Amino acid sequence: MVNLIWLIPLIPLMGAAVLLTLGRMMPKAAIQLLAPGTILAAFLLSLGAVMESGGKSQEVILYEWLPKVDWGFLLDPLSSVMILIVTGIGFLIHVYAVGYMNHEGGYYRFFGYMNLFVFFMLTLVLANNYVLLFAGWEGVGLASYLLIGFYFSKKSAGDAAKKAFLFNRVGDAGFILGMFGVASLTHGSLAFRDLHGLTAGPVVTAAAALLFLGATGKSAQLPLFVWLPDAMEGPTPVSALIHAATMVTAGVYMVARSNAIYILAPEVSFAIAVTGALTAIVAASIALVQTDIKRVLAYSTVSQLGFMFMAAGVGAYWVAVFHLMTHAFFKSLLFLGAGSVIHSLNGEQDIRRMGGLRKEMPITFWTMAIASLSIAGVPLLAGFFSKDEILFFTFLSAKSVFAVGLVTAFLTAFYMSRMMFLTFLGEKRNHAHAHESPLVMTVPLMILAVGSVVSGWIGGPLERWLEPVLHTPHAPEEGGLKYLVMGFSVVAAGAGILLARYFYISRPELPAQARIAFGPFTKLADNKWYFDDLYDALFVHGLGMKGGALLGSFDRQFVDGGINGAGLITRFASHLSIWFDTWIVDGLVRLTGLVTKAAGYPVRMAQTGYVQSYAMWIIAAAAAALGLFWVR
Amino acid sequence: MITINHYMAVSAALLLIGTVGVMTRRNIVVILMSIELILNAVNVNLIAFSKYHNQVTGQVFAIFVIAVAVAEAAVGLGVLIAMFRNKGTVQADEVDLLKW
Repeated sequence: MVNLIWLIPLIPLMGAAVLLTLGRMMPKAAIQLLAPGTILAAFLLSLGAVMESGGKSQEVILYEWLPKVDWGFLLDPLSSVMILIVTGIGFLIHVYAVGYMNHEGGYYRFFGYMNLFVFFMLTLVLANNYVLLFAGWEGVGLASYLLIGFYFSKKSAGDAAKKAFLFNRVGDAGFILGMFGVASLTHGSLAFRDLHGLTAGPVVTAAAALLFLGATGKSAQLPLFVWLPDAMEGPTPVSALIHAATMVTAGVYMVARSNAIYILAPEVSFAIAVTGALTAIVAASIALVQTDIKRVLAYSTVSQLGFMFMAAGVGAYWVAVFHLMTHAFFKSLLFLGAGSVIHSLNGEQDIRRMGGLRKEMPITFWTMAIASLSIAGVPLLAGFFSKDEILFFTFLSAKSVFAVGLVTAFLTAFYMSRMMFLTFLGEKRNHAHAHESPLVMTVPLMILAVGSVVSGWIGGPLERWLEPVLHTPHAPEEGGLKYLVMGFSVVAAGAGILLARYFYISRPELPAQARIAFGPFTKLADNKWYFDDLYDALFVHGLGMKGGALLGSFDRQFVDGGINGAGLITRFASHLSIWFDTWIVDGLVRLTGLVTKAAGYPVRMAQTGYVQSYAMWIIAAAAAALGLFWVR
Repeated sequence: MITINHYMAVSAALLLIGTVGVMTRRNIVVILMSIELILNAVNVNLIAFSKYHNQVTGQVFAIFVIAVAVAEAAVGLGVLIAMFRNKGTVQADEVDLLKW
């Protein structure tokens, strides 16, 4: 089974190939069967391979792709966790999408891209070296671009797709440079197995920092996070699969995979923790004021990714992966639930025009409630355990990061509760006939709800499972500290939920007053901390337009000048050449002719054409000969 | 008594008349006739010396010259007719394309 792991990405790829070439002619039922079927097959294969491997690292090398770089797959505890998340949650989302996309055009295209995405994502997590990982990394970026721009007739969707792609490219530049650094350290090999045994140095630090820049692009961290909220233009299952559960966590996965490098670069690790903490609190503050249900979730995703980087930054890599896993469950559930709400309200996404949907959509409400409580950090649910571990480890190594994390946890509880209260409780503010979604959509919700509860209970086993491949920080055995942190976290979560209840259920007039009371802060959050405006001023207007004008004048003045000058010189040279040709070369030729002609002129005159003159010459010659004879 | 000198004088006169005719007359028919005169001046000489030396060789040569003269006249007149057909003239100074 382990030898067959190359089949795991291949099956979705074949699904994508079939769907994108023949999909147009296939009946809908066949697409509905094929698209989730390939992912299910990949999931079952992954399950079999992981169970057989039993936590041992195994590599399957297909062939040497580039010198010293193999096209090889690596099945180790870390990639095992990732492929199970990608295929397992990917399968549930595919099933959900069968129902969600039922009334949409471009069915085959949607599922073709989705299968393509799963293929690239599996390549990314199964790669045994950076180059193959990068190939998958770019591939998921492509699939993400195609799916964000799925409604390509909408300008905003096309713009969002471009934005996502461009911001990812900025990070990718760092990733590529980081790969060069790694290559120079390992003598050309980019395989993960060669990362061990490096020694600290400036190149290691630079490579670590550059690789993290790649992660900030893909995983939407400061300062490159602005593309992720816009990516919500894509269909909701896409947001769930790509922009919540899998692709955006690729950066976290990559940092965890490179932990051998990051251990040697403590400054970079600290920078990662700080970046994660800042991203978490900035995104959470923006989520407080968002009114689009999907954008609330998008900023929440950015914030939770920040938490993962906080964990990775303080060296608790297994905790980052743990939170990645629990987050994959509850955030994809939240997105799918939001999709279910949007679906039943005929495309309404504004939570101010929802409310009171609890009665009409009980399954959606209860599953989303579980996920919200889970992300808010209510005890015994998945998010509580993973977030608590993060806070605990940050508490041990960086108190400032811990403080930011704790505030963010409070904000998280608040904005998630706000979203739930506005959507499902209170009075009805929408007159569309809401209805519960069909079973094909609600069953995945229920399964994910179970995952959102139980996935947090396996923290201990997961730590032991990941221990062979991830550096595990030393945690003190004394339980008191842990319970103290846990207490803080529970208080923060409870306070957030209760405050949201007070604001949005008990005193609905309070939020508007609070907005005025916190004027400058509201403005900051409303404008997303002015990141978009900054980029607009710096790059779109600054570099794009002013720079364009500058480049234009440079073009006209210097480039065109050079070209015109070259033309002028060429023309002058050609004039010289013409003069030389006419007067020197032709002159010589003509001179030759002239000399010959001049020499021939006297002789020529003898040829009169008159027969009698020739006769005269004959006679004269004969007479001369006779005369000569006579004289002698 | 007619001596060999008399024959030579006649021959020289004929040669001179023929030569002057070839060089001065423009009509090609007349030029051809002048050439006949030159040839016959030679014939007179040949026969006179044949008789003088009492050898027959000179007379045989004279017969050859007459034969050649006939052939020459035939070819010359043929060329002349062809020329007249093409150019419409028999004047030697009007045919001067073959020059320079």
